Amino acid sequence: MELARNLMIILLTGILTENFVLSKFLGICPFLGVSKKLDSSIGMGAAVTFVMVCASLVTYPIYYGILVPLGIEYMNTIAFILVIAVFVQLVEMVLKKYMPPLYKSLGVYLPLITTNCAVLGVTLLNLTEEYDLLESVVNSFGAGLGFMIAMIIFAGVRSRLEQCDIPKALRGAPITLMAASVVSLAFIGFGGVVDGIFGA
Amino acid sequence: MSYMKEFTKGLIKENPNMVMLLGMCPTLAVTTMAANGLGMGLSTTFVLVCSNIVISLLKKVIPDTVRLPAYIVIIAGFVTFVSLMLQSLAPDLYSALGMFLSLITVNCIILGRAEMFASKNKVLPSALDGLGMGLGFTITLLLVGSIREILGSGQWFGITIMPEFLEPMTLFILPAGGFFVLGCVIAIVNRLMKKKPREIGCHNCPNAANCAGNCSEKKEGNE
Repeated sequence: MELARNLMIILLTGILTENFVLSKFLGICPFLGVSKKLDSSIGMGAAVTFVMVCASLVTYPIYYGILVPLGIEYMNTIAFILVIAVFVQLVEMVLKKYMPPLYKSLGVYLPLITTNCAVLGVTLLNLTEEYDLLESVVNSFGAGLGFMIAMIIFAGVRSRLEQCDIPKALRGAPITLMAASVVSLAFIGFGGVVDGIFGA
Repeated sequence: MSYMKEFTKGLIKENPNMVMLLGMCPTLAVTTMAANGLGMGLSTTFVLVCSNIVISLLKKVIPDTVRLPAYIVIIAGFVTFVSLMLQSLAPDLYSALGMFLSLITVNCIILGRAEMFASKNKVLPSALDGLGMGLGFTITLLLVGSIREILGSGQWFGITIMPEFLEPMTLFILPAGGFFVLGCVIAIVNRLMKKKPREIGCHNCPNAANCAGNCSEKKEGNE
């Protein structure tokens, strides 16, 4: 029971209060770049969630099984980015061969993910928070879901923006960033919600 | 003369984050204080110059098919070097930047310059290009950091400069303030340069070519 409660706290914190995009500023480029359409937001969100969960599953044994015993923890950035790059390639190949429909819907986003700082970010965060394997996976899943929710909400906001008459200097990136600011402001409202539910 | 141009283009005309709209994550995340922005900018500049030099030297050795992993490993190596240096020389800055120091590795400015410039040019222009782009990045971070620190906590580099009766607007050091200030800065730059406003997206991402034409925006064929 204690374990389930702990995992729920990690999950909800990742989705709402510590939202990766809107409060930690990770994965801003895909968030702003791909959120123009609702279906591509969902696709990107799902692909990121999937890679994040797998990356934390893969990097955990590498860190605690190889880097720590050898005393070279400082190599974690290099090791992790290599693992993520290789892993993304592998997933792409496997999906292409065995699950063509899934590849068709997720495949286009996979190459973008290697350089998505959210994926490397979540694996590094799992280390600094000293999560165990299960907690790491739940945390990554929550972070990915949070990313997806933020993208979906923002896709809605942007479709409204497109119909507005915006001052010339603000068109394009500036108004997009300002809209993101308002969405981020809304997410501040979730502060304390998780503590409130679980009485932590 | 042309060497000078490689250096100055990154400062304003092709400023990586104000004009090219790259590397948004660190621009927003570490700029709650001007000093952090400056530290992050200089660390990134160092990595950018070193990786540009090394990649430019190795451009004939690295096979084309594995060039991206090779670049990433080179960049990650320099990032590890910088973070070890900062850890021992400036521990306060090290803990303030935290995870974002490691995340310099995936900063698209660095990989972008490696792919677009260093892999095609000689050592000296590549180094100057890296220096210019890095300093352009630093200027933006310093600017955004200064605005947010002055408005959000009434200080600049830790020295109180706002009069007492003005309550600092905490909003500006919250994430929402970061998006807002950067939006305003880009709008002002657009206005001053009388440029056609850019949209953030794959079409000005230097890595778009590496997506093997898979970029979602390209696929949808808009613009």
